[in-house]
Amino acid sequence: MSTQYPALIVIVPLMSALICFVVGWWNRNFCYKIAVAAIAVSFYSSVVTMKDVMANGVIHYWVGSWEPPWGIEYVVDYLNGYMLIIVTFISLLAVISSKKSVEKDFPEKAPAFYSIFLLLVTGLVGITITGDVFNVYVFLEIASIAAYALIAIGKRDHAPMASFNYVIYGTVGACFYLIGVGYLYLVTGSLNMADLAKLLPDLYNSKVVLVGFAFLLVGVCIKMALFPLHMWLPDAYSLAPDSVSSLIAPLMTKVAAYVMIRIMFTIFQPVFSFEMLPVGSICGWLAVIAIFVGGIRALSQKDLKNMLVYILVAEVGYIVLGISVGNRIGLTGSILHIMNDAAMMACLFLIVGAIAYKTGITDITQFRHLNQKMPFTMGAFTITALSMVGLPPACGFFSKWYLVLGAIEANQWVFAVTLLISSLVNAILFFRVIEYAYFYPHAAHGAEEHVHATSHGHAEIVMDEAPLSMLIPILIMATLILVLGPFSGKIISSIIQFAIPAGF
Amino acid sequence: MEVVSSITPLLTVLVSAVGACLILATGERNRNLRESWTIIAAVIKFALVVSMVPLVLEGKVIEFTFINLAPGLPLQLKVEPFGMLFALLASTLWIATSFYSIGYMRGLNEHAQTRYFFCFAVCLSATMGIAFAGNLITFFIFYEILTVATYPLVMHMETEEAYLGSRKYLVYTLVAGVVLLFALAIIYSMTGTLDFTPGGFLAGHGTTGLLIFLFVLLIMGCGVKAGIMPLHEWLPTAMVAPTPVSALLHAVAVVKAGVFGILRIILYVFGPSLLHDLGVWLILAYVVSFTIIVSAMIALAQDNFKRRLAFSTVNNLAIIILGAIILTNNSITGGMLHLVNHGFMKIALFFVAGAVFVKTHKKNVSDLDGLGRQMPLTFGAFTICALGLAGVPPACGFISKWFLCLGFLEAKEIFFLIVLLTSAMLDIAFFGPIIYRAFFAKAKSYVSPHFDEAPMFMVIPILFTAAVSVMLCVSPNAFVHVFDIARMAARSILGAG
Repeated sequence: MSTQYPALIVIVPLMSALICFVVGWWNRNFCYKIAVAAIAVSFYSSVVTMKDVMANGVIHYWVGSWEPPWGIEYVVDYLNGYMLIIVTFISLLAVISSKKSVEKDFPEKAPAFYSIFLLLVTGLVGITITGDVFNVYVFLEIASIAAYALIAIGKRDHAPMASFNYVIYGTVGACFYLIGVGYLYLVTGSLNMADLAKLLPDLYNSKVVLVGFAFLLVGVCIKMALFPLHMWLPDAYSLAPDSVSSLIAPLMTKVAAYVMIRIMFTIFQPVFSFEMLPVGSICGWLAVIAIFVGGIRALSQKDLKNMLVYILVAEVGYIVLGISVGNRIGLTGSILHIMNDAAMMACLFLIVGAIAYKTGITDITQFRHLNQKMPFTMGAFTITALSMVGLPPACGFFSKWYLVLGAIEANQWVFAVTLLISSLVNAILFFRVIEYAYFYPHAAHGAEEHVHATSHGHAEIVMDEAPLSMLIPILIMATLILVLGPFSGKIISSIIQFAIPAGF
Repeated sequence: MEVVSSITPLLTVLVSAVGACLILATGERNRNLRESWTIIAAVIKFALVVSMVPLVLEGKVIEFTFINLAPGLPLQLKVEPFGMLFALLASTLWIATSFYSIGYMRGLNEHAQTRYFFCFAVCLSATMGIAFAGNLITFFIFYEILTVATYPLVMHMETEEAYLGSRKYLVYTLVAGVVLLFALAIIYSMTGTLDFTPGGFLAGHGTTGLLIFLFVLLIMGCGVKAGIMPLHEWLPTAMVAPTPVSALLHAVAVVKAGVFGILRIILYVFGPSLLHDLGVWLILAYVVSFTIIVSAMIALAQDNFKRRLAFSTVNNLAIIILGAIILTNNSITGGMLHLVNHGFMKIALFFVAGAVFVKTHKKNVSDLDGLGRQMPLTFGAFTICALGLAGVPPACGFISKWFLCLGFLEAKEIFFLIVLLTSAMLDIAFFGPIIYRAFFAKAKSYVSPHFDEAPMFMVIPILFTAAVSVMLCVSPNAFVHVFDIARMAARSILGAG
């Protein structure tokens, strides 16, 4: 109980959300600074907490010093320590890059935007840090409601509609989750995860527990947008303002995936999830379909952002696939992919934001000359694209490697082949964009422009990069994507292997 | 085998990567500076590679481990004789090609030269990584980098044809990469290691069926780049790239990386004894024999100069693989030597095609009439190297084919011997007309009656590569002991297996 850092991770963004709103009435310009500072503190606290975990083992923090199982307990182990760093770091980059696009798109709403943004971050870190199933629900609702609001802020025509759609799906998901929690509370009288884990094994044959488990899982799958419960995601994320989608797209689904891992591996034991119930094969096959449906729908999109949201559906499939093969190496792949995919998605959505901010273009076929206008942004895009395709040494390759290994070890050949085919689909998707951005000019406009272009050496296209507040997060992310890859062995041996329940 | 830890292998990989960054940073603003980065990187790389030769000849293995990707899966560079051969080939030819590229790109006033030189340097980095990869995963990583870095080079012209060519290239190579990855994952989950071991490491693992399946996957994975029929389709279409690209990448780096990979798989993953037990060697031998004969026949029908050379490449790559898969000491030596020898001779031929194009804008064999008088040096070099490819001294094709024949006789594989000799005759049949037209046919259109060669930047690399080809025949052990290294490599495999 010596350190207060775990509490700071949640409290600072929460309090700043309120401060932000109040200060915003007085001076709008402070909101951005407060938000950045708050998330930076949260990130710093996460890093300190993680270091503490690595040095001294699992941290239990009793909120208000109430002893669990009565009080709410924050538990930070390797798994959520790792998640917290990912969530706070990406939130930090997202908030930094939001500055210009907020100023451009809805300056008058800046205070509201940043307060809700901070609430969303609060929700995400809250879900991750808490060791109490009901508390997860509370933070899930905070995050979701904040997300509904942020999506509806968007200026695009159908944004409120998409948000409304999301409200309905999201509420159903939250409801299911809550019902599940209720069932478990009914039979065990506890809401604390560790306590539940102790009490439940004796009750594994109870129908109530079974139903509770099913409700929890379906609720989380809706939040995670696992096929066929993904219908809300494409519209909601693609119509959200760019500054919002670069936060929610990489993180919401990942945090939900984290909750799924918690349910299947911490609250319930893998014995229950995999051997007593066919959850592995059900989720696995759904994931396979998700990967294909996501990929195919993405192929038919012309708009970069629309393409990305469908890819996101497929990426959720990857993570679930790794979880559902039911072995250690597959789960390693999933946890690694949570990080890698969060990094890649964050980078891609930041890039979409930067391109849209600078040129207003989102249609891929209009991307010609973009490599000369925005060389750094497009360089980052290329790196991320290669990572998405799963080409080494970018990080996407390494999580794919573990996922494929996991599938092979589980003798699920279809899963392995699905993963491999999906990287080819990603290759088509991303090389198409690269082709338009880097090579398209000549072929599209025939010989005439070819001559013109060569004789003038493209002198007429001036470099016009995104503002630094957008470019720097993008470049940091792209560098990380390259660096994380070769270091994934290190990450696994020092963090992820401890994040997986022992004996699994 | 003594193992020496050293950072030199890493430096050989990094030097051109650093060069690439400098090239990108310098850009169009200062062309001479940009080109000097290429040359400097090429020379340093060559020096680094050569500096490791003595250690390799002493039988030592130079090792450098970056980091562990997973338990038993290090990202590791390991310099041993076979990798050394490939590295020597690529690093020598990069110097020649750098000079040649400068002449070619400036001669034609090409666009996007920065991108071109950047990608070229990245390719060379990847090639070094492939040559020195100590295990399959390291090999795979650099193999994929090579794929991606080559794509913009094939796309370079940005014409409709270049689009199709580069897309085809990507489809073939990425699918192959995925197939390869699948095989790697199976092997790793089966054995827990991917380290190349002379004589193979798969023996004793898995069922026969699974091993055969793996062999097929691996050969398909590398066979695309190696142009084994029917996976060769991308190669002729990729000839749309500028000639120096075709020369270095489609006669040396990319296709040789594929062949190198196949030889690694045959000799260092499966190993001779396991392949004999499985019986798959014979199937592969028949497939490549088919490739040898058919590609030579297709080459006969090509009028486009570069396409003819492309099919000759397919033909020779298959010969290298045939040598390795016969699995005798001499045939493996011959195959490895041919890997090097073919590189020098073929690059000279491509250089000639490019020089002719820059000078006269002629692309077809049927337009070459009488050009020998105008460009005697170019076509002189062409004659030596083309005959060398068929196995005629004084170019080095003779040496490698001699050892291949010895090896086939040793294994009593008369059928494959006949295939090899038939292909040599077909070589004469499709190169002969070019030589004849250049020197003896009467010019159809105007040809300068005087000595009028391509720029010296291009002619000197042609003469250099042709001279090296001759040197490797007259004295195969001169300077860097190519012959001894190949011998050592072959012996290490059969000694262990």
